[in-house]
Amino acid sequence: MTAPSALAAGNAKTLSHLDWLEAEAIHIMREVAGQCSNPVLLFSGGKDSICMLRIAEKAFRPGKFPFPLMHIDTGHNYKEVVDFRDYRAAQLGERLIVRSVEDSMKRGTVVLKHEGESRNKHQSVTLLEAIEEFGFDCCIGGARRDEEKARAKERIMSFRDEFGQWDPKNQRPELWNLYNARSHKGENIRAFPISNWTEMDVWQYIEREGLELPSIYFAHKRPVVIRQGAIVPVNVPLATGELTNLPKAGEEIVELQVRFRTVGDISCTAPVESDADTLDKIVLETATTTITERGATRLDDQTSEASMEQRKKEGYF
Amino acid sequence: MSAHQVERICHDNGLLRFFTCGSVDDGKSTLIGRLLYDTKAILADTLTAIERTSQKRGMGAVDLSLLTDGLQAEREQGITIDVAYRYFSTGTRKYIIADAPGHEQYTRNMVTAASTANLAIILIDARKGVLTQTRRHSKLASLVGIPHLVVAVNKMDLVDYSQEAYEKIKADYLEFAAKVGIDDVRFIPLSALNGDMIVERGDALSWYDGPTLLEILENAPAAHTEHDEPFRFPVQFVCRPQDSANPELHDYRGFMGRVESGTIKVGDAVTVLPNGRESTVKAIQIGGVDIDEAIHEQSVTLLLADEIDTSRGDMIVKSDEAPAVVKEIRATVCWLAENPLDRARTYLIRHTTRDSKAKLTAIEHRLDVNTLENLPADKLAMNDIAVVNFKLAQPLFVDPYKDNRATGAFIVIDESNNNTVGAGMIL
Repeated sequence: MTAPSALAAGNAKTLSHLDWLEAEAIHIMREVAGQCSNPVLLFSGGKDSICMLRIAEKAFRPGKFPFPLMHIDTGHNYKEVVDFRDYRAAQLGERLIVRSVEDSMKRGTVVLKHEGESRNKHQSVTLLEAIEEFGFDCCIGGARRDEEKARAKERIMSFRDEFGQWDPKNQRPELWNLYNARSHKGENIRAFPISNWTEMDVWQYIEREGLELPSIYFAHKRPVVIRQGAIVPVNVPLATGELTNLPKAGEEIVELQVRFRTVGDISCTAPVESDADTLDKIVLETATTTITERGATRLDDQTSEASMEQRKKEGYF
Repeated sequence: MSAHQVERICHDNGLLRFFTCGSVDDGKSTLIGRLLYDTKAILADTLTAIERTSQKRGMGAVDLSLLTDGLQAEREQGITIDVAYRYFSTGTRKYIIADAPGHEQYTRNMVTAASTANLAIILIDARKGVLTQTRRHSKLASLVGIPHLVVAVNKMDLVDYSQEAYEKIKADYLEFAAKVGIDDVRFIPLSALNGDMIVERGDALSWYDGPTLLEILENAPAAHTEHDEPFRFPVQFVCRPQDSANPELHDYRGFMGRVESGTIKVGDAVTVLPNGRESTVKAIQIGGVDIDEAIHEQSVTLLLADEIDTSRGDMIVKSDEAPAVVKEIRATVCWLAENPLDRARTYLIRHTTRDSKAKLTAIEHRLDVNTLENLPADKLAMNDIAVVNFKLAQPLFVDPYKDNRATGAFIVIDESNNNTVGAGMIL
């Protein structure tokens, strides 16, 4: 790990923007550790949660993290990302809990409308089941306010009732850096230490800290089809070796040079065309892109303008 | 942000948090939309979405205010009901905008937005001039200790860009500002709708030779204060990795927290409150890596030369600049909850990382935010602001809010539902 970078130019008493964001995120994580009795950090192997792990190291080393890591696995995640998740947790020597949407399906608590339905939104059910199983009073997540309109008003400590519901009209006022993470039994808090980060900040931080990433964030060749204007990866191998996202009849498979800006359930994350195969090039590409992260790559948020808000009310992260 | 600007990121000019306030139709959302649009923070797909909505509503031009229209409920009501946060960057500086609604009943949102901001933009409609709401917003901003105020006279296009109209508003405002003790204030004429004097100067305001709004933002000090503040380090968490396999860590005792104000160096003499024990700083670390010095707003771990029993809620300060240790406080409180303050009840006060039970002992007076008069009061309802006294079960380590935002601020929590019901600033 490197020592913190230089202070903001021209003013010895001000932190650079990345140092400020990092310091804020460390402070929020420590507030969770100090205020909550049984928190958990959600780690998917994606770029935002990779930043979160570095922040946790800076917050708590040389001690252990005062919380386990947890991933809600839809069973439809990119193998490279799932492998990275396990590798990184082992490298840190921290405990990783995995709970899967497929187990919820077996229990009958998740019922897909049809076999091909995206499991992304069903993660909420599995997450709530895991919260109950372990008695977690706070889930720390890597959501950012710049991702989507409904997140712009999200608190850093966001209160959820015993059904995991977010009520946008009943959120606690959040003033100064005095966070209120109190909850009664059964209720819980979602804490978002990198709320104030943008996609650009995330990439700059990854570059500055030299963080490792799953390979699919970098430009690579992959078979895809063009479906309603979006690049849809096809014939994606799961960890089991089974192929998913099979092309529909009549679709033409092409091989494109792509990378992922955001990574999630295979059925709803699309890559972008890119030749950025280094962090340097990704930072440059992020600076000059003309499409938002979710607009370009999240097929699930396009359904309706209010779709994220709706899912959050139902307990989604 | 252009590729060219990315290369200049080595000249990082830090991060500025500001907020905007104005009356309902002052064009606040349009101003924010314009800032985001002209600094290229709006990407094509977002723009397409708001173009579609603008057309659907039968508007000719793209309505930039739609960029900041957040939640479903608000879109239905056509108003902003809660503080929203927006981001943009110029390549040299990152900005966080707190977008606070201007409605009469939302004093609490303004106080919330102001609490983390270092600069406020107060919008005035050039046709209407200084209104009751302008005075209220300015008073609140100064009460919450915003060091820099920018008065933006908007909708200049609707008064034919008249310098006379602008100067009149400026004079009116200065007269009011002198009365309430606001001294650092700047003025700028602009048209958010047309983009004049936001990022581009435009052609219509040639008589104005001051900086554009973005230039003001780029040059405003990013730090909350420019003068030296005493060192304040509330302990958030104590790190004791005794069971680690590394024997060197057996005696490790790290006090984790954020430097809320001032600076600290290895070797400095410190005192731990409340027990008053003295020691010196043996090491300062981030993530187990040593650094020599930590500054305001940095999150670090302090190791002391002596073994002192310390836990969350304690505060480490420099021995020669200790704060007041008090069991009674006098403070300006903004009530945030629908349920009025109940004099018979015990509340929880959270100050830095420390909690104490608290009981109201007196309401000195209430501020009428419209007339700015102090009125007698015997209760506090939502959006009320009053000077009150609390009696505390535990001592707190405080500075007056005007001297130190971090150790002068507190929130009031209702333990029955854990809601944050009040925001306080120690006098």
